[in-house]
Amino acid sequence: MRTARPLVLGIESSCDETGVGIVRGTELLTNTVSSSMDEHVRFGGVIPEIASRAHLEAFVPTLRAALDDADVTLDELDAIAVTAGPGLSGALMVGVSAAKALAVATGKPLYAINHLVAHVGVGMVGGTFSDGLPPNLGALLVSGGHTEILRVIDIAKDVELLGSTIDDAAGEAYDKTARILGLGYPGGPAIDRLAQQGDPTAIRFPRGLSQPKYMGTAEQPGPHRYDWSFSGLKTAVARSVEQYEAAGLEVPVADIAASFQEAVVDIITSKAVLACREHGITTLLLGGGVAANRRLRELTAERCEAAGITLTVPAPSLCTDNGAMVAALGAQIVLDGGSPSGIAFGTDPSLPVTSITLASA
Amino acid sequence: MLLLALDTSAAATVALLHDDVVVGRFASADTRSHAEVLAPAVHRILSEAGVAGADLDGVVAGVGPGPFTGLRAGLVTARTLAFVWGVPLHGVMSLDALAHDAAAGGAVAAGSRFLVGTDARRGEVYWAPYRASPEPGALPDLLDGPHVGAAATLPAGLPLVGRAAGLYPDAVDGVPAFAAADPDAASLARVARLRLLAGVPLRDTAPLYLRESDAQVPGPRKRATA
Repeated sequence: MRTARPLVLGIESSCDETGVGIVRGTELLTNTVSSSMDEHVRFGGVIPEIASRAHLEAFVPTLRAALDDADVTLDELDAIAVTAGPGLSGALMVGVSAAKALAVATGKPLYAINHLVAHVGVGMVGGTFSDGLPPNLGALLVSGGHTEILRVIDIAKDVELLGSTIDDAAGEAYDKTARILGLGYPGGPAIDRLAQQGDPTAIRFPRGLSQPKYMGTAEQPGPHRYDWSFSGLKTAVARSVEQYEAAGLEVPVADIAASFQEAVVDIITSKAVLACREHGITTLLLGGGVAANRRLRELTAERCEAAGITLTVPAPSLCTDNGAMVAALGAQIVLDGGSPSGIAFGTDPSLPVTSITLASA
Repeated sequence: MLLLALDTSAAATVALLHDDVVVGRFASADTRSHAEVLAPAVHRILSEAGVAGADLDGVVAGVGPGPFTGLRAGLVTARTLAFVWGVPLHGVMSLDALAHDAAAGGAVAAGSRFLVGTDARRGEVYWAPYRASPEPGALPDLLDGPHVGAAATLPAGLPLVGRAAGLYPDAVDGVPAFAAADPDAASLARVARLRLLAGVPLRDTAPLYLRESDAQVPGPRKRATA
């Protein structure tokens, strides 16, 4: 099994994407994804039960399509990898049950892996890092479910969480704000589009956890030096809209969208770059669905450059949730000689990033 | 005929049926660990029986009704196993397994009507009315349903088979021997086998959720200021 280019199939079902990806070492063979996003639109956010139902119906067709697309058979696989967490419990359960069935039916070893670390592992495929992961690597993950800054010491066994959101994820704040502004779901692209026509300095929305008592200093860090909070921002947007309405004025939707986006992006990038500088991170990978956001990419690039940090953003299809990232990380764990997880492990909706693979139960 | 059956509509159960003989079986009373226990159970049962998956004549899945998450664990497992092994996949309504057990065990009189009811949580039961066949060994007929609702709303005067009898003894006329019974994969396999032998078409493995998700389409924005 210690082949230099293990053939690994990865399964992802932690939110609303059913993903099956296949890699051969660092070569991406397929990234097949079925999304239930359209079914969540009328609710303005992902409904876990609806996502879970969609996973059940999508799994075998997605698996079949992935095998066809990669032109490989299950017999040829060296290993199977699956997201065991973090994510929506019921959604994870579908992918994990399917992966275990696949392992039983094929006799292939199964690796239960961490979704967040897989967002970094995806940098191994698709030409993101053509010479492998660089040293002093950090990762900024921004999506509908996550906002985290990580330090990657060894992708297969040593990843550290430097900071994260303490309430809403950034993408969730976009969705909720878009709802307040009547812009529909998903909120990110809608706000990003409209923000281009607005004034980002029109309204000064709060930057959560930026006060000195939370930040402290590099020597004596405060309790949330690299953490974010977005729930207050969403409320501030709602109050702002109400004030315009109460005054009988037209709500300046574009200005609010631009100002909201600036507040989110400003606090994300300033804290992420601070964490990089204070932890010797010289290359930053930006991942997660919100990595597609125009302003986030722009300001991250600007601030990374000013701090002498190399910024890398994988292709959009590899930034959003997918099975290729699970396969990519699985291949690294196989190459590192990691032990399979067996078939008795459970899902862990709040799996910490320090747990890259689950040990055999 | 060699059938592997899984039912996760209540407990997690797995059985391997060779003709009418149960070669291997697994049942977990825990209703919340299906994703953990199911695959190891399938692996163990097949290994102990020395059966390769591709040797099976079919995989049979209990399609509910049952609590969503556990039900899905069984269905995605059955679908994936059948896909990889390239063997036929059959669905059986989970309550049919209990109806079969009651009729085969003589707990309900030949030709009589009875109810099957299982735990739907939230103070409700999954249930359906059946008629036991007048012919010995034949499967009971499903009369309508399955349904979900409060035990008190079930048709009165009919004996009830299944865990609902133990949960709501005052609301239903429970059959004592079946008051704690859940659908079992071995019985599910027997139902599938009898249908296959009789040339009766089986259902697909579409889940019988019977309830929508609890999600509400959001209403107008809440206001803190007047």
